[in-house]
Amino acid sequence: MSALRSGRQLVAAVRALLVATVVLGLAYPLLMTGVAQVIAPARADGSLVSVEGSVVGSSLIGQSFTGADGDPLQEYFQTRPSASDYDGAASGGSNLGPNSEELVAAVGERRAAVAALNGVAVDEVPADAVTASGSGLDPDISPEYAALQVVRVAEARGVSMDDVQALVDEYTDGRDLGFIGAPHVRVLELNLALHERFGAEG
Amino acid sequence: MSATAAGWLQVAVLVIALVAVHKPLGDWMARVLTTDAAPEGPKSRLWPQGHWRVERLVHRAVGVDADAEQRWPVYLRSVLAFSLVSVLFLYLLQRVQQWLPLDNGMAAVKPGSAWNTAISFVTNTNWQGYSGESTMGHLVQMTGLAVQNFTSAAVGIAVAVALVRGFVRSGTDRLGNFWVDVTRAITRVLLPLATVAAVVLVLGGVVQNLSSGTDATTLAGATQFLPGGPVASQEAIKELGTNGGGFYNANSAHPFEGPSAWISLFQVFLLLVIPFSLPRTFGRMVGDRRQGLAIVGVMAGLATASLALTSWAQARAGGAALQLAGAATEGQEVRFGGPLSALFGTATTLTSTGAVNSMHDSYTPTGGMLVLANMMLGEVAPGGVGSGLYGMLVLAVVAVFVAGLMVGRTPEYLGKKLGRREMTLASLYVLVTPVLVLTGTAVAVTTDTGLGSLLNNGSHGLSEVLYAFTSASNNNGSAFAGLSANTPFYNTALGLAMAFGRFLPIVLVVALAGRLAAQGKAPVTAGTLPTHQPLFVGLLGAVVLVVVGLTYFPALALGPLAEALA
Repeated sequence: MSALRSGRQLVAAVRALLVATVVLGLAYPLLMTGVAQVIAPARADGSLVSVEGSVVGSSLIGQSFTGADGDPLQEYFQTRPSASDYDGAASGGSNLGPNSEELVAAVGERRAAVAALNGVAVDEVPADAVTASGSGLDPDISPEYAALQVVRVAEARGVSMDDVQALVDEYTDGRDLGFIGAPHVRVLELNLALHERFGAEG
Repeated sequence: MSATAAGWLQVAVLVIALVAVHKPLGDWMARVLTTDAAPEGPKSRLWPQGHWRVERLVHRAVGVDADAEQRWPVYLRSVLAFSLVSVLFLYLLQRVQQWLPLDNGMAAVKPGSAWNTAISFVTNTNWQGYSGESTMGHLVQMTGLAVQNFTSAAVGIAVAVALVRGFVRSGTDRLGNFWVDVTRAITRVLLPLATVAAVVLVLGGVVQNLSSGTDATTLAGATQFLPGGPVASQEAIKELGTNGGGFYNANSAHPFEGPSAWISLFQVFLLLVIPFSLPRTFGRMVGDRRQGLAIVGVMAGLATASLALTSWAQARAGGAALQLAGAATEGQEVRFGGPLSALFGTATTLTSTGAVNSMHDSYTPTGGMLVLANMMLGEVAPGGVGSGLYGMLVLAVVAVFVAGLMVGRTPEYLGKKLGRREMTLASLYVLVTPVLVLTGTAVAVTTDTGLGSLLNNGSHGLSEVLYAFTSASNNNGSAFAGLSANTPFYNTALGLAMAFGRFLPIVLVVALAGRLAAQGKAPVTAGTLPTHQPLFVGLLGAVVLVVVGLTYFPALALGPLAEALA
């Protein structure tokens, strides 16, 4: 008797799951995709950025600005360290603990490297410049880290600091609505603007 | 504006939004889930306001008589049957995805991982041993994972409502109809809210497409893969249903899931809004809104304390590496900043969500301990959708019993006598998760296979394992993600922890609901402990903290506490 009743619930369960799969698993996401493609197609497709017809990235996704040898390109603003090396197919953080020896060593090395690259003292290097983001794809840096890089970029490009600073200001966002989140500089768009205004090489 | 001031303003706006929405939403849920006051027999007309046409269609397709009620064992069997079928289907779907459309070239998910993931999503845990963008095709995400995001949340609401009906009703063996409850939770609450939320997310930049990705050639000349996917539709129910399983590996830290700070704050609102509204639903259904207010008061008090402590700990940047860097920015996104990351981390572990916008493994020692302790509270402040309410009500039963012992009276809650059988069920409920967490952790740290998955060593390594079993047993799903959990040992052990951590409490709660509904109503006398006053709010809060403190203190002392004090 009990087995029979359980059997009846199992049949109802199979039927209920089928209905849910069709309505919630197909109709709902497909309808939302349709709506998204109508109301905000560019955003729904990943806020892609194109130059001369070819996709160079997404304004939301960070990328590295290093040469083939892995060294930073002097004429571009550098993004943060990334646990995934800005691989869009493998997002994630380092997950190293706050006392991890590996992380202590990495932070130390990065501080020295960032200081040397920009010709500043190590204690002027801001925290976001030496720590990896949670996504591994952080598109932004702090205004402090951008400020640190202005002189280097201007010198590498042979242009005035004021011109570079003006672009940095243009691509700096405050907190959303003045109080949500943190101020940040949109690096890909900033570097694209540098590229368009002053060319690929310095 | 200073970062701290901006941080608290974020919290203030969030609280105002929750306060504004909890009334209409709580009242609405009470209205659509209340059956006729006194069901006389199994065939009385239960739903005074009737069914929607689409609901009639669903009931017909499911083959259920919507106006027939179930006794508690049948209600329970429905829950378990639905969950069992869901696990099997989700497992199968992952195993055959390579032969189905929209597979995006993904291979079949390996058996161990597929079982773990199937249990994980059906139990509202959304623990993820896999990495979304390299494992799951769009079809599995849509028709497998996202469907469970809806249904597991609806199951939570159904079980919570069954328990509330136990308090409301007297002298009946009927608890309602599981299939009707689940249908209504979806058609009248989850689906409409998710639709609105998905549109907001799309406008904020969350992606929503069926593309399998784009290859970009970066400014520096490298190739970068940019993934696609129907993310916004899934993100909406992932937060709203306190599920938390990310479409991508980095979860809500991924710029395609959490593109901006205001979207991240909106996600915090989504994951809190139903759990904080359900006490209002409870108050309406038992006919005394003050009872709901007392429950939500305890939840809000605990949540506020936890948030304040976590924000403080994160701002202090403890830990050798973070102090050298100058701030706790490891695992954190620049656009979110410290305060919003701490807010998200607190909200996601106080509910059963487990989504993250920053990586908990890299939190400061104290911050990491606090998000772990949030889950150890049993996720009742406010907890998961439905599970938070029924968890807190069981603890209220315990609190009433404790108070009864102190003054030497028969304990009663909402007119129900709490006798030996009721207290046995409540006590077992309280014991389930600690037993799972501590046994699982003990087994893992005493075996080579368990220790082999640790990324960090020493006390932080213990924290990784403790976090994993706490997260699984409480159906949270967030991780100290340094632990490599996609191994046969962890897939099995955590799978068992998730299944027992979800269904043993549900069995106990539905049985308790059945016992309560069968009782008559005891009249309120001068000796009845008022359960809507500050005294009881304080008592209930203390019971939550004491139970957790006594249970987990030794484990916390060896893991995060040792690290924080080192």
